[in-house]
Amino acid sequence: MKTTVTTRDVGDVKIVELHGKITIGAGDLQMREAIHAAVSGGATKLIVDMKDVTTIDSSGVGELVGCYTTATNRGAKLKLLNLPPKISDVLTVTQLITVFDVFTNEKEAVASF
Amino acid sequence: MTESSAPSPGPIVLWLSSRYENLELGQAVLEYVCRLRGIENDAEHWIGVALREALANAIKHGNRQDPSRRVMLSLGGSANDLEIVVGDEGEGFETAAVADPLAPENQMKTSGRGIFYMKTFMDDVTFSRDERGGTVLTMRKHIGSDQKKGVQTR
Repeated sequence: MKTTVTTRDVGDVKIVELHGKITIGAGDLQMREAIHAAVSGGATKLIVDMKDVTTIDSSGVGELVGCYTTATNRGAKLKLLNLPPKISDVLTVTQLITVFDVFTNEKEAVASF
Repeated sequence: MTESSAPSPGPIVLWLSSRYENLELGQAVLEYVCRLRGIENDAEHWIGVALREALANAIKHGNRQDPSRRVMLSLGGSANDLEIVVGDEGEGFETAAVADPLAPENQMKTSGRGIFYMKTFMDDVTFSRDERGGTVLTMRKHIGSDQKKGVQTR
């Protein structure tokens, strides 16, 4: 499955939808570019929807952490939506799950900012 | 021949150039071996994550992404375990120098979790050096009734 990244707006919230693998040399850089572009474009409320992410590796996790830090340093907030169980597990074993605000409902995520 | 009585088809040995695209080839061969060995989908997923970390480490840190340097992948083992060996043509590294990704000061670092994931998802992970100084990583996963380790986070 080829990795694709799409973005859309819900009010003043930018939703970044990831599809496929977020792994080294593939989706990790696409995710970073999309989130950095959103932040550089002035977005301050970001939701990363991971419903269709099939696999994430340490490089993808690292990029996700880097995106969170970049957003925070620029005064933006980045939250996660629809984590598949195995993606949640990968974040949990490294205790990163506690770093992110994680939602299972888009409306609730949008309303949380 | 039923799946459960299929013999271990190993070892299968591949030599890969140091390109990230070859992670997909390694994973495809792993999936073939897991199907042949009757390894369940859940276990296959986590073994696949560990394998991708091992290959990515060999390509990135071992062979410095030099396509002329090769990565050796061997998939074998016995009736009760799957053994994965990944070797690179790099200069080796000290595993003791790898920082603990769970330490608070490392939590927000953008790298340094690969070996941790391998050790989490496999039952045994060891590093050694070959005669030329390259790193040889050996990982084992118990399979069948002997399987003891999975991801239990919920």
